[in-house]
Amino acid sequence: MEGFLLILSIIVPATIRSATPLMFAALGGNFSERSGVVNIGLDGIMTVGAFSAVFFSYKTGSPWMGLLGAMVAGGLFGLLLAFLSIRFKANQVIVGTAINILAASLTTFLLVAIWGKPGQTNSVSAFQNWGPFNIFTYLAFVLVGVSYYVMFKTPFGLRLRAVGEHPKAADTLGVNVQLTRYLCVILSGVLGGIGGASLSIGSMNLFKEGMVAGRGFIALAALIFGKWNPIGTAGACLFFGFAVALEIVSNKLPIPREFIFAMPYILTMLAVSGFIGKAVAPAASGIPYEKGER
Amino acid sequence: MENRTSEFKIRMQKNTKAIAYPLIAILLSFIVGGIIVAAFGNDPINAYKAMFKGSLGSWSNFGETLVSVTPLILTGLAVAFAFRCGLFNIGAEGQFIIGAISSVWAGWAFTGLPAIIHIPIVLLVGAFAGGIWGGIVGWLKAKFGSHEVINSIMMNYIAMYLSNFIVMNLMNEPDKAFSFAIADTAKLYRFAESITIFKGSRVHIGIVIALIVAVFAYYLLNKTVRGYEVRAVGFNPHAAEYGGINVPHNVVFAMFVSGMFAGLAGAIMVTGVQFRANNLFGFTGYGFDGIAVALVGNNHPIGVILSAFLFGVLQKGGPMMQLQGVPKEVVGIIQGIIILFVAVNFVKVLIENYTEKKNSKKSIAKGEVK
Repeated sequence: MEGFLLILSIIVPATIRSATPLMFAALGGNFSERSGVVNIGLDGIMTVGAFSAVFFSYKTGSPWMGLLGAMVAGGLFGLLLAFLSIRFKANQVIVGTAINILAASLTTFLLVAIWGKPGQTNSVSAFQNWGPFNIFTYLAFVLVGVSYYVMFKTPFGLRLRAVGEHPKAADTLGVNVQLTRYLCVILSGVLGGIGGASLSIGSMNLFKEGMVAGRGFIALAALIFGKWNPIGTAGACLFFGFAVALEIVSNKLPIPREFIFAMPYILTMLAVSGFIGKAVAPAASGIPYEKGER
Repeated sequence: MENRTSEFKIRMQKNTKAIAYPLIAILLSFIVGGIIVAAFGNDPINAYKAMFKGSLGSWSNFGETLVSVTPLILTGLAVAFAFRCGLFNIGAEGQFIIGAISSVWAGWAFTGLPAIIHIPIVLLVGAFAGGIWGGIVGWLKAKFGSHEVINSIMMNYIAMYLSNFIVMNLMNEPDKAFSFAIADTAKLYRFAESITIFKGSRVHIGIVIALIVAVFAYYLLNKTVRGYEVRAVGFNPHAAEYGGINVPHNVVFAMFVSGMFAGLAGAIMVTGVQFRANNLFGFTGYGFDGIAVALVGNNHPIGVILSAFLFGVLQKGGPMMQLQGVPKEVVGIIQGIIILFVAVNFVKVLIENYTEKKNSKKSIAKGEVK
């Protein structure tokens, strides 16, 4: 019993800590996809955010400026995705993939160019823990509530969902489809940037090559598993965080650790295929809007 | 007769555009890369010189470039084939991993066979396993309508953890983070064994296999009924269905073939270069690079060969730039920009905007109302 309590006291905080960066990115994906733009580039945006946070903290000595820098950089990459997929009507999945490749190489290039060594940056000033968690964790939970409220209880939220479900109808009623999508995709970039910052100046105090390690894709999985709803998504993030946290005690479990790691992905596949409650994407997600098209 | 020549002319124009647009995009990306190099105080001309010298400057460097080109051709074909059926196979990475681990098993399990029999078995096992991994995604799409992009991303991770489980538990070289090695009879022939100019490079017969597979893919897509059906589904699934084509069947088939190509890439990396499977801490990147290769190659088998070669040159030449004081990551930036330019069909949009403006000026001058 004591052993169980001990494990619990390790696993619960570890779950919440691992879920924090996922929550930001998944909320970002939520806004983007609800407005009709698929954001496969979240992983790259997180990388850019993680790097920018360290860079600006290094330049100014303040982690707050680092956070701001991450938000701006993430927002800019969101703008890039928005511009290419809305203005140029490029394939959103391909642009997202290109953003992932570009982000990985851009940050490793700048890392070498600025710090003069590959692998990782020097330590910079980061956020301290307040109680058991750092500021990002508290912020994440607040943002989940705010996002839910904005998406389901405000006129803007109604418009953004309409744009993602049936842009033609929204357009007819005078909603600016393109502008709404721009705003949502940029917002998704900002949130992805914060998610990256929570890794580099939240859990750690430096940027390491490959530190995001596919969390952007896990966030996408959480988004689907949570059925494109901020609260459901946050629950999915906590669940996926739990799978990561189990690693700490994985040598005490009878299941191979690789199976624990693979669990979130298997569950997501089951969810999209309708085995555990059908997850249905916003109807117009991934489709560029053409005015006047039937 | 006149009709024929004009038809020929239109086709030629279309082909020229299909080749010229990506070429201009590549050139622009190199210029942007050069500007970045210059911005950090290095000479871009020297950097590019070093890159091409490092990848093409000698027979052994050229051989090593071909070593990187080989899997890129196959994963590029994998993505391109699925794309022609309207499917985005982002899961070539996972199919590559599954192909690799399966071929390690086949390379180890069958012993006492002559190489001429053992090698084809190993390659087929790898290709087939990759095909199953891709086919599952196709089946889920055909049966439940679940999106192939999401499922194939998930299957990438599942493949990585499954492969790691096998490497560390079932086929582990004791106390090492890799699997045991394949038998000598499963190893591909290396050119350096009999052609002295290739000495010092690991270039192997896999490049020839990859080229043959590209020709096969071209034939399958363009000269067979099945290929016609696959393309018809990719062009417009509703019209294809109305025309009596079994859409779900073709979706599964295209994903299976696509997975086979990626699985074969993994098998060839194992039998030609690595001889074993490693415990992976992240993705190998071959599958993701395949997306870029297919995109730049316009999803055409010949285009895929050419763009795989370009990416091979970039990847092999990057480290040589490092010796000139330019971080080799600049190569990745160039790759990313190439993909962005090609993805948005930047050159086409640019040219069409320009000609549209010119035409509208003309029509205004003529007094026409648009």
